[in-house]
Amino acid sequence: MKALHLEGQPLVSDDRPLLRAMGLSKHFGARVACQDVSLDVHEGEVVAVVGESGSGKSTLLALLSTQQLPSTGSISYRMRDGVTRDLFRLTEADRRHLLRTDWGFVHQDPRLGLRMGVSAGGNVGERLMAIGWRHYGNIRAEAQAWLERVEIENDRIDDRPDTFSGGMRQRLQIAKNMVTHPRLVFMDEPTGGLDVSVQARLLDLIRGFVSDRGLAAVIVTHDLAVARLLCDRILVMRQGRIIESGLADQVLDDPREPYTQLLVSSILQT
Amino acid sequence: MASAGSDPIRLDGVAKTFVMHLRGGARLPVVCGVSFSVRSGECVALSGPSGIGKSSILKLIYGNYRVDAGRVLVTGETGTVDVASASPRQMLGLRRTTLGYVSQFLRTIPRVGALEIVAAAAREAGVSPQEARARAGDLLAKLNVAHRLWHLPPATFSGGEQQRVNIARGLAARRPILLLDEPTSALDDMNRATVVELIEARKREGAAVLGIFHDADIRERVADRIIDVTQFAPGA
Amino acid sequence: MTADPAYNFAYLDEQTKRMIRRAILKAIAIPGYQVPFASREMPMPYGWGTGGMQVTAAVLGANDVLKVIDQGADDTTNAVSIRKFFAKTAGVATTTRTREATIIQTRHRIPEEQLTQEQILVYQVPIPEPLRFLEPREPETRRMHALEDYGLMHVKLYEDIARHGHIATTYAYPVKVDDRYVMDPSPTPKFDNPKMDNCPALQLFGAGREKRIYALPPYTRVVSLDFEDHPFEPTPITAKCELCGADRVFLDEIVTDDRGGRMFVCSDTDHCESRRSRVSP
Repeated sequence: MKALHLEGQPLVSDDRPLLRAMGLSKHFGARVACQDVSLDVHEGEVVAVVGESGSGKSTLLALLSTQQLPSTGSISYRMRDGVTRDLFRLTEADRRHLLRTDWGFVHQDPRLGLRMGVSAGGNVGERLMAIGWRHYGNIRAEAQAWLERVEIENDRIDDRPDTFSGGMRQRLQIAKNMVTHPRLVFMDEPTGGLDVSVQARLLDLIRGFVSDRGLAAVIVTHDLAVARLLCDRILVMRQGRIIESGLADQVLDDPREPYTQLLVSSILQT
Repeated sequence: MASAGSDPIRLDGVAKTFVMHLRGGARLPVVCGVSFSVRSGECVALSGPSGIGKSSILKLIYGNYRVDAGRVLVTGETGTVDVASASPRQMLGLRRTTLGYVSQFLRTIPRVGALEIVAAAAREAGVSPQEARARAGDLLAKLNVAHRLWHLPPATFSGGEQQRVNIARGLAARRPILLLDEPTSALDDMNRATVVELIEARKREGAAVLGIFHDADIRERVADRIIDVTQFAPGA
Repeated sequence: MTADPAYNFAYLDEQTKRMIRRAILKAIAIPGYQVPFASREMPMPYGWGTGGMQVTAAVLGANDVLKVIDQGADDTTNAVSIRKFFAKTAGVATTTRTREATIIQTRHRIPEEQLTQEQILVYQVPIPEPLRFLEPREPETRRMHALEDYGLMHVKLYEDIARHGHIATTYAYPVKVDDRYVMDPSPTPKFDNPKMDNCPALQLFGAGREKRIYALPPYTRVVSLDFEDHPFEPTPITAKCELCGADRVFLDEIVTDDRGGRMFVCSDTDHCESRRSRVSP
């Protein structure tokens, strides 16, 4: 269970995409949530999916993380053994395992991503126990190390998250996901509902993981400032489609589509 | 593929127009027919009145603005890339290895300290953490950023201090191309002189420098050539 | 006692017994897996052993000898009622001697006497799902069993150690069966867990209210869950039975008077009586 990446060292990145989605669509009866979405995510790359409510961005995240099945389209992922596989041809057991080890999913509401009745240490240790760690002392030590990395004080390890603040819960959720050194993390409005100073702390944390561990991430956000600071690329969604995509600073400073221009001009400061 | 003597920067018939959909599709041409190159070890200054498109040219080279026509050929160790048609991934690679950029704004995540901002910029280009930190300290010291500020986030710094951190960030990785947008506008004479020295040093090391210098005096000292951007104004 | 002709043999109709037997066969084929079954209304409320009784009714034959114990004792109200129930509706012979029984229905204890290949042990189970307290959703626990996704089980043990310094579960201690399914052994004390491992008798589990049956075929590997640095240990017994002197059996603490007087006595009444009858001439 060693770290796959050494801190601070530049990573040899494989140029093949890590995740490739092609022609994803999702219909709920007559309602189209996502239409013909294709995108690639490479190792160490952070992609923002921005759009307003109802744009389909949360559905897209659910599809990309295989938590929902698409109506059409496919997703392939290059697994740790180097082989690229069609995710919907894997067994549910394999997909579940992927979601617990090589992937992370950070929910907007940390209560959805945590077990509120289990201590912080138990929450962080769960993935380790799920992959077969059977030494209490080691599990606790690893959980302790991760709590430190997300700046949660040592003496909170046995406390339950229902005694934590919102920002702390969110950091705990991140620790819980990072403990198996995932290569790809999905985040749904990770800074949503948090105070500005708390957001800053969270962004710094995520930025650190991305640069030190070569983490790839798909971040759904309506906050363009977050997109600019954290992300390499931005995809703009409207009514279920991607209407514009490009480098983060490009989309924000030189928006081409009318809707993108509207979005960018509507905020106070990018 | 780059031929042995390719200039690091070569623009060929580049044009850019903004289409403002929020104003009924009004077209705002910025530049057109931009053609010039910058050689290794050379510093070219872009001149012209405010709003003529000097910053825009830098942004077109950096990939911040999209190119409407023409080619923007950037040559580095890995070969020549046309920024106008480069994929986002290629562009990110180019920025990591070849294109250094000092913009007018310092945008960083609120909590990160000045030293770390500069060191991170070097690490991105593959420099080891220890070397990156050493370079960062060296640059900040040369630019007279007080030691006590090194671990503070620049958001609370003065305009001049922020600009110096921004310059240090742009220079830390020692990329072969350096784009500078008004690097000395908020600096006093002493620090301006330092920036001139740093630019000269990069030139000696073979970097191709393209910059906008509001101060005529600095322009004279640093630039080997001056290109008047007025000639690229649309309708000129 | 001869069977009361007003009842079908062992109370349940033949179709019901056949359905339960099918569930039992499936349970034996997949050790530790909870098989849903169409639990019938028995002439007693839920929580009094209706599941165990339905399993017993399904496997009982005219020549069987039935023993019923409740926390080790043959003489509690429940044990006596159930024993009389089957005597009346099936006319089978009953006994309190473990050695003489072919079927033993039990609530919350395993007899101290080593069981044989000729015997069936039927457990009464309240909550069959070991993951229930941490994961209240049924579809989710079913998926966890199907995908052998048992990390959560160890989370429970981790929490115990974090909170109490040791694994605090003292009964219904979860076990892994045949290296595949995690099972709740019913609220037997963890002291009894080792008896389930590699047991020559067939062990059947019935949960009436929850409508589940599961099984351990003879000689099945049953391992109590633990951590490498907190290995499973059956409760150490430090006292002796004050009636028969047994020192490595599970004991009940009996209040003898209202001045705080107490004594420790074998929980397994038959075991205690057998030992005492051997000693006396």
